[in-house]
Amino acid sequence: MKILVGYKRVVDYNVRIQVKPDGSGVVTEGVKLSANPFDDIALEEALRLREKGVATDVVVATIGPADCQAHLRNGLAMGANRAIHVVTTQAVQPLTAARTLLKLIEKEQPDIVILGKQAIDDDCNQTGQMLAALWNRPQATFASKVDINGRNARVTREVDAGLETIEVDLPAVITTDLRLNEPRFIKLPDIMKAKSKPLETIPLESLAVESGDHLKTTHYAAPAKRSKGVMVKDVAELVSLLKTKGLV
Amino acid sequence: MSKVLIVAEHLNGKLNSSTARCVTCAQAFNADSIDVLVLADTPAAIAAEAAAIAGVSKVLTISHSANAHAIAAVYAPQVVAAAQGYSHVLAPSTTFGKDLAPRIAALLGVAQVSDIAEVVNAHCFKRPIYAGNAIITVEAPADAVLVATVRTASFAAAAAGGSAAIEALNVSAELPAHTRFVELQQGKSDRPDLQSASRVVSGGRGVGSAENFAVIYQLADKLGAAVGASRAAVDAGYVPSDLQVGQTGKIIAPELYMAIGISGAIQHLTGIKDAGTIVAINKDGEAPIFEIADIGLVGDLFTLVPQLEAALG
Ligand SMILES: Cc1cc2nc3c(=O)[nH]c(=O)nc-3n(C[C@H](O)[C@H](O)[C@H](O)COP(=O)(O)OP(=O)(O)OC[C@H]3O[C@@H](n4cnc5c(N)ncnc54)[C@H](O)[C@@H]3O)c2cc1C
Repeated sequence: MKILVGYKRVVDYNVRIQVKPDGSGVVTEGVKLSANPFDDIALEEALRLREKGVATDVVVATIGPADCQAHLRNGLAMGANRAIHVVTTQAVQPLTAARTLLKLIEKEQPDIVILGKQAIDDDCNQTGQMLAALWNRPQATFASKVDINGRNARVTREVDAGLETIEVDLPAVITTDLRLNEPRFIKLPDIMKAKSKPLETIPLESLAVESGDHLKTTHYAAPAKRSKGVMVKDVAELVSLLKTKGLV
Repeated sequence: MSKVLIVAEHLNGKLNSSTARCVTCAQAFNADSIDVLVLADTPAAIAAEAAAIAGVSKVLTISHSANAHAIAAVYAPQVVAAAQGYSHVLAPSTTFGKDLAPRIAALLGVAQVSDIAEVVNAHCFKRPIYAGNAIITVEAPADAVLVATVRTASFAAAAAGGSAAIEALNVSAELPAHTRFVELQQGKSDRPDLQSASRVVSGGRGVGSAENFAVIYQLADKLGAAVGASRAAVDAGYVPSDLQVGQTGKIIAPELYMAIGISGAIQHLTGIKDAGTIVAINKDGEAPIFEIADIGLVGDLFTLVPQLEAALG
């Protein structure tokens, strides 16, 4: 069984994002970039399925600029067998990403595709669902538990009402939630080993993907600041303040 | 000319208030009509609730046994069939809408706008990115159907008082059998719903254990509040995952939010930035939560929370 994992590079979640004063974007120069945390969880799940003997082949794929190679090497160091780098200088929107991943699916014929439920840069939460629709296959989004039984998967999903379990036929798209697993740390010898693992480079243009980048971002703004509040010294003062505000 | 179709969210035969919030969002488009689509196995009662929302022009129902549970792969082709002639298809940015809307957009071959937080006009919106650290203005093409999810915390629920007509639709769409509902484990609780409650009491890692969470529940019950939690509290198993508030959990806007033993990470704060009054109780006076709290109290939660509960009589 083969698993394809989407592995996006984003601004690290610890970075304090600054909006440029002219509203043209956010500052990305010189900030730390890392794997999207949900994609690390996706890769970890694929590796665990391989370790359990369910899968044999784990392929990580990213769509991004030339310097994403180091990022993909991290995925290989974590344990992926192979990597695919779809090279583009422009950031792509989810529909384009889904159409691109569909091309990779046609080429690789995976049994399972695992993606993060959202990327923490654009926070879109779309690509997995779009990919499943274009592929005409099931989607099991926001997964917190995955069990593969032969040709189907039983997936527990974190939904607003609680935990929903669905069963999907394979092949299928799964998107990860935070509690699916805790990704492993990369060890130094694995970084060395990763250097000799296959990494295929494909220019986005060569895939003849119809662009789905229909949205135009015209302005970036810093969020409205909440005004600084007051500190109270004890519970009595807190209660009287809440009473004044009519909240209790 | 905007003709808006809102996909209704419902569970156990009841309409979710997220639908009425989408109606308010659609009203900001100056829409010519706002219709609500109910997919269900027995839609009548849900449709009647939707018809009573002020501002709704028409309620459309698709009744099918396959619609008993909200399976995106089953719903999406039916929504696409029903969406003919509409300029906008909206769903709430809840797990229901997040699962479904991109599948609709992809079938229609259009991009999707996620988490509309403010309407500039019918094709221009503001939405948060980077966990709410930036707000972008996004323009969508006016010559294509617009599929979007609505950040429900940004819009009040449209009032009751409508009396829209209800119409049963027959759509021809091929429904896949590759995805099957197995079960929904729902936390049984008499407390208010976290996403629509006017008061929320949340606990974080500082609460320390599932047993200790009793102090949070007791205060919440005294206030008639819903209970929420930080990711750390959920990860540690103190409370179930559906209580998580934040970037990757629930985005809420109660009148009163109490953050207890929560440090105030940006991923948490993005879930409460529209709350009316934020109260923070934390033993660390330097905790970032105090930078955004309207009222802060430094001290040990195990002393202060029971005191607070007692003081509320
Ligand atoms: C991709 C990603 C997504 C995330 N999404 C979310 C999300 O949706 N929601 C979310 O909440 N987090 C999210 N996080 C996690 C977030 O970064 C923080 O780790 C988390 O919010 C911390 O939870 P906490 O404040 O409960 O814990 P901590 O940061 O550990 O804070 C505990 C606080 O309790 C206080 N405390 C301890 N004991 C006491 C006591 N006896 N009395 C009073 N105070 C006490 C401490 O002073 C401290 O401030 C996400 C992280 C990532 C990487």
